[in-house]
Amino acid sequence: MSQQHTGAAGHGHHDEHDDHGSLKAYITGFIISIVLTVIPLLVVFETSMNKTGVIITIITMAVIQLIVQLFFFMHIREGEGPKYNVMALILGLFIVLVIVAGSVWIMSFNSVVQ
Amino acid sequence: MQHATSHSHSNGAGAHTHSHDHGHHDQESMKVLGFWIFLVTDCLLFGTLFATYVVLKAHTDGGPTGKELFEIPGFVAETFILLTSSFTSGLAVLAMNRKKVNQLIGWLIVTVLLGAAFVGLEINEFVNMVHEGATISTSAFLTAFFVLVGTHGLHVSVGLIWMIALMVQLKMRGVTPVTQRKITVISLYWHFLDVVWIFLFTIVYLMGVM
Repeated sequence: MSQQHTGAAGHGHHDEHDDHGSLKAYITGFIISIVLTVIPLLVVFETSMNKTGVIITIITMAVIQLIVQLFFFMHIREGEGPKYNVMALILGLFIVLVIVAGSVWIMSFNSVVQ
Repeated sequence: MQHATSHSHSNGAGAHTHSHDHGHHDQESMKVLGFWIFLVTDCLLFGTLFATYVVLKAHTDGGPTGKELFEIPGFVAETFILLTSSFTSGLAVLAMNRKKVNQLIGWLIVTVLLGAAFVGLEINEFVNMVHEGATISTSAFLTAFFVLVGTHGLHVSVGLIWMIALMVQLKMRGVTPVTQRKITVISLYWHFLDVVWIFLFTIVYLMGVM
């Protein structure tokens, strides 16, 4: 729905188009982000799930929260021309994943290699 | 598309204005893209600090652990304050798109107040920890903690000063293509800081108190 809107308005005059999201999208995004914050709190403090399950659940919630913020608030799909911002972001997130996962992985062998 | 084509056919002067406008718009959107690339580099900075924290998390050197130090009501309040401020900075952008300067400045003031409350709570948390003897030099865990959380707090503080400066500029110049781009950029910055906080909340605080 919003994609269609952006496509139609993208070529219009700058003053006329309203492709920076609507109030409805912002409120939806806000409510989802509140829910995605309450779920990890409940999982950590109220349930008796095992530790691995809790960690997987709360990290999943954080990643969904990241995606919600990118789409509902930061309007990552907007703008004309090639999506250089998305490409740069994907490259950045890939490097971050390699740094974090690589560090944790290599350091978990710390005691073995010494 | 159709509108633009018929417009340029109808008279030459109109077409000229349109193409000039378009060129200006392109320059501003290039600047927004440049800011996205800055955000990606900031992502790398925080990623590195997160990696350091996760690796050093267990190295408490007999000092206090996260479970003993983190106060649940404090970081939960900080999380909801920052989430709400992210939403209000979005409302500021909506007001800007409708060219309502006073409404825009109003939402920016709400955002600044929420951001200041967040920084206040964080400073309070740090002071309490230092009073309990948990300083940056106590253990590797606390060094990584203060550097990671402190870097985020510093970003929020810089954002507050930036936002106040923009409000002055809005008062003087109103909503122009240039101030419009500046507001777009700061709202991106603010949402980005919210995303970073979500990971701090999950990886540092929630996993710390488990």
